[in-house]
Amino acid sequence: MTQLALVIDLNVCVGCHACVTSCKEWNTSGTAGWLADENPYSKDPTGTFFNRVQTFEVGQFPNTETVHFPKSCLHCEDPPCVPVCPTGASYKRESDGIVLVDSEKCIGCSYCSWACPYGARELDEHQKIMKKCTLCVDRIYDESLPEQERKPACVMACPTEARLFGNVNDPDSEVAIAIRESGGYQLMPEWGTKPANHYLPRRKASITIHEDELVRADNPLKKERKLPMPDVEDPTLDEISSW
Amino acid sequence: MHPAFSVIFLTTLIGAGQGFFLALYTGQLDSVFKLLPEQDPVHFYALGSLITLVLLVAGLVASFFHLGRPERAWRSAARWRTSWLSREVIALPALMGSVAAWGLIHYLGWNPVLFSFSTGAEIDLSLLVGGVATLLCFALFLCTGMIYACIKMLQEWATPLTVVNYTLFGGASGFMLATAFAAWQGSGLVNFFGIWSIILTVLVFLTRGASLFRNARLKHKSTLETAIGIRHAGIQQKGQGAMAGSFNTRHFFHGASPRKYKSVKWVFLLLVFPLPLLLVSAGLSAGSLGLLVAAFLVQYIGLLMERWFFFAQANHPQNLYYQTV
Repeated sequence: MTQLALVIDLNVCVGCHACVTSCKEWNTSGTAGWLADENPYSKDPTGTFFNRVQTFEVGQFPNTETVHFPKSCLHCEDPPCVPVCPTGASYKRESDGIVLVDSEKCIGCSYCSWACPYGARELDEHQKIMKKCTLCVDRIYDESLPEQERKPACVMACPTEARLFGNVNDPDSEVAIAIRESGGYQLMPEWGTKPANHYLPRRKASITIHEDELVRADNPLKKERKLPMPDVEDPTLDEISSW
Repeated sequence: MHPAFSVIFLTTLIGAGQGFFLALYTGQLDSVFKLLPEQDPVHFYALGSLITLVLLVAGLVASFFHLGRPERAWRSAARWRTSWLSREVIALPALMGSVAAWGLIHYLGWNPVLFSFSTGAEIDLSLLVGGVATLLCFALFLCTGMIYACIKMLQEWATPLTVVNYTLFGGASGFMLATAFAAWQGSGLVNFFGIWSIILTVLVFLTRGASLFRNARLKHKSTLETAIGIRHAGIQQKGQGAMAGSFNTRHFFHGASPRKYKSVKWVFLLLVFPLPLLLVSAGLSAGSLGLLVAAFLVQYIGLLMERWFFFAQANHPQNLYYQTV
């Protein structure tokens, strides 16, 4: 079964919020209606977003690391928000695994948001219905767009390519390979929601070098001048060995 | 969780209504078997069912304020196979209908005897309809409780005690109201209802005490480490992706000061348990209608605070992502 999802590389994300603005720009003109913005230029601005970039500091100064953490609906394979919905407005598509809210059926009771441990759903202040990431369902199948643009707006916008998009159930897809080979993980596995979106951890490009490797203890010692240079007349290693 | 007054009024009003109906029906059932004196069908049962309906309708009206789109509320009966909220939406009007039918049967006196026991006890139509309403009462208690208990992420609620508490709180306040009602009607059931209201209040003191005890020792499964998937004991949030609040900060945090939070707990413990017990005992021994009405009102106000605390105490795992602006 197809399960479309995002894979977000925390090793690459620089926290620029380009995905947030691109998402808002695309989805505020989406079929489910605009995304509310209250007091955008005054005190206490607030609004509806599908995607937010949060920032965490790991460790104690000076040994700290800043982690930028983009968070949107994880399109769980076992979404807890779907069965609790009293109207059936919240549903998971069989065809591609995207979790959506039917804007015509939602009564705005917020019960689904109680069931989501990730806080991925936001009630729109103006329309009074639940809003959430659609994986740009109105983009990814749009045949009027060039094929390379049939991706979620956030993926298109990311300048560092920290966001990958694809079918996580296809073992040969870019996202499945990234999860498999770069240690992709899921958020809050304790709730058994099986999020489809995965995160790639911070990775350090480091190798372990032992001291004997630094001096090339085996061969050739003479290169390090630990032993006197052999005479030019002496046979070389190549000449006396049989390889 | 942020306590929503619509839901606080919904759950306390329908709880009292259900408990009140159960009290009346228990009275009727016992009178059939000659355990209790018979009551006037119009002034006791029909008027009682009207009071039950007023409470249930008031609760239903309150619930509409919880919806963003109340005009679409009819859709919410659709997913009864999976959603406890949907089941409640079905159980509540069904209960209203059967209580109305029960009251109407008493009011019109259209109460044919369906069959009778050899002892002389007669089962009439109102007893059958009331029996259906009783089952629906318990079904509604189950639905209301399970709406909260089935959300496993809200660990403070995810316990069978939630359902037990909703049922017993509704029963206690309903029997309190029935005691005052019986005293007003000059019925002989005052002591019967009064003693049961005391028993139920003591029972719910034990079960609510157990849930408070449990919640005080609760270990939350989610931590910042599992929330962002980084194994480190010292993680601090520096930004949540919004400069001011969002739905996530408004809906999932109670926003009350620690002092208010703590005082609500002690005040509700006082108003729901010892005060009504004192008032109802004094009212029963003095035969005072005023004291019995006061017992119900004091306990009801206490229940409003209990429900506020019930919401405020629940700590949603999404709050881990919204620690600092």
